[in-house]
Amino acid sequence: MTTPDNWRPTASLQALRERAQLYTGIRRFFAERDVLEVDTPVLSHGTVTDVFIDGFSTNFAYSDSGHNETLYLQTSPEFALKRLLASYQTSIYQLSKVFRHEGFGRLHNPEFTMLEWYRVGLDHHALMDEISDLLKALIGAQQTERMTYQQAFQKHLNLDPLSDSTQRIAEVFNDCNIDLSDEYPIDHDGMLQLLFSYEIEPRIGQQYPCFIYDYPASQSSLAKINVDDPRVADRFELYFKGTELANGFHELQDAAEQRKRFEHDNRLRRTFRFEEKPLDERFLAALEAGIPACAGVAMGIDRILMLKHGYTHIEQVLAFPVNRA
Amino acid sequence: MANFSTNEFKAGLKIMLDGEPCNILENEYVKPGKGQAFNRVKIRKLISGKVLEKTFRSGESVEGADVMDTELAYLYTDGEFYHFMNNETFEQIAADEKAVGENIKWLVENDVCTITLWNGAPITVSPPNFVELEITETDPGLKGDTAGTGGKPATLSTGAVVRVPLFVQTGEVIKVDTRTGEYVSRVQK
Repeated sequence: MTTPDNWRPTASLQALRERAQLYTGIRRFFAERDVLEVDTPVLSHGTVTDVFIDGFSTNFAYSDSGHNETLYLQTSPEFALKRLLASYQTSIYQLSKVFRHEGFGRLHNPEFTMLEWYRVGLDHHALMDEISDLLKALIGAQQTERMTYQQAFQKHLNLDPLSDSTQRIAEVFNDCNIDLSDEYPIDHDGMLQLLFSYEIEPRIGQQYPCFIYDYPASQSSLAKINVDDPRVADRFELYFKGTELANGFHELQDAAEQRKRFEHDNRLRRTFRFEEKPLDERFLAALEAGIPACAGVAMGIDRILMLKHGYTHIEQVLAFPVNRA
Repeated sequence: MANFSTNEFKAGLKIMLDGEPCNILENEYVKPGKGQAFNRVKIRKLISGKVLEKTFRSGESVEGADVMDTELAYLYTDGEFYHFMNNETFEQIAADEKAVGENIKWLVENDVCTITLWNGAPITVSPPNFVELEITETDPGLKGDTAGTGGKPATLSTGAVVRVPLFVQTGEVIKVDTRTGEYVSRVQK
């Protein structure tokens, strides 16, 4: 009988070294810019309401309330970082593990490493400039490109995602021969999302990393609504070689508006027959107290490593992916 | 037959789609950060041979297909069916013309073929990668011409037609790659 070898790491020693070097580079970049590294809890009472993001939860039997409490593993450190922003009004970053109850695949592991940072006084365009600097320092990208969500659809599909009717989107969707199984529920935003994944992602950011910005307001739960065009929000995503690398916002500061969006998420969750999520009242209280005007972004560091060194599967940069963890 | 969730999808898994058994060729899990998760799957329909792409909602279940491959030796045809035998159990199975399809021209007595069974019945017959067949007809080539100048057509004992070098003659046995239908070499008798 042969010894099973699934105790062994899937990453080479070289890949472990590359990860350590990348972390050093990230920390040097932010130290030079006087952005403070912080460490917030991975395990928290609060979680996100995002319809398509699910946190793992566990039972805490030793709380000082005397009751069993549900604690969630962080899907991103966003709420904790914004609570620090509300208290200390200074630019901060965190490099840490986050957890999402999702599948495993070429670009996905349910536990992954995220770099998230907030810049006080910057808007999302100034933050994109800083991300370009970071990409230059980390992966040697000489430049980046920018295109609005609307321009991307107009250029590649001759479709206006902001003003065309759902029927027109459905026509383009059918022309693209995206064959859905009978059980796939699809709505307006769902079709836009699949069209983006199938028809646009493979065609953008092939040579240089590409920012897509001005997302439809309906797809941007924590971003400010654009002051010039209320159909879009100040949200951006970063794509490079068919891989989604980062998501950022000019951050919403209005606590009442934020509460409305969380409640809207929960209503959508009900229509999808997903479990509703409790609102993170500590985060909402921090917004109520006031966070400074700022822009923030979350970046997938495992994918940065893959792109930097030409790995094709995420397990090549993880010591132990979930099926060996 | 058991159901399979998209989480279990991988190359080689056999599932039912539109009433036809299918083989999964590629499976990619796609999950935009803020978007819905789905599985983008490339599938070969095992009866029609058609390759297509399908998008499943992640977490969805589909029915598995009772499909298995078995190695059987080709015996003979009675004109309607093609008879194969398991060399260990001596059990025999008959495949119809539809299952054999174009591979009819590569069937050589006693060669071991891969027969794909769906619910116990043959749906495809795959010949070995290489078969040896006798040339029944080809134009006499120019003597001494051994250069690969494109060659000439040769008809084999099964009716298959392949391009062979000019020096290969009627009555000789040649080795052919059944995956490409190309001549490989002459075989010493």
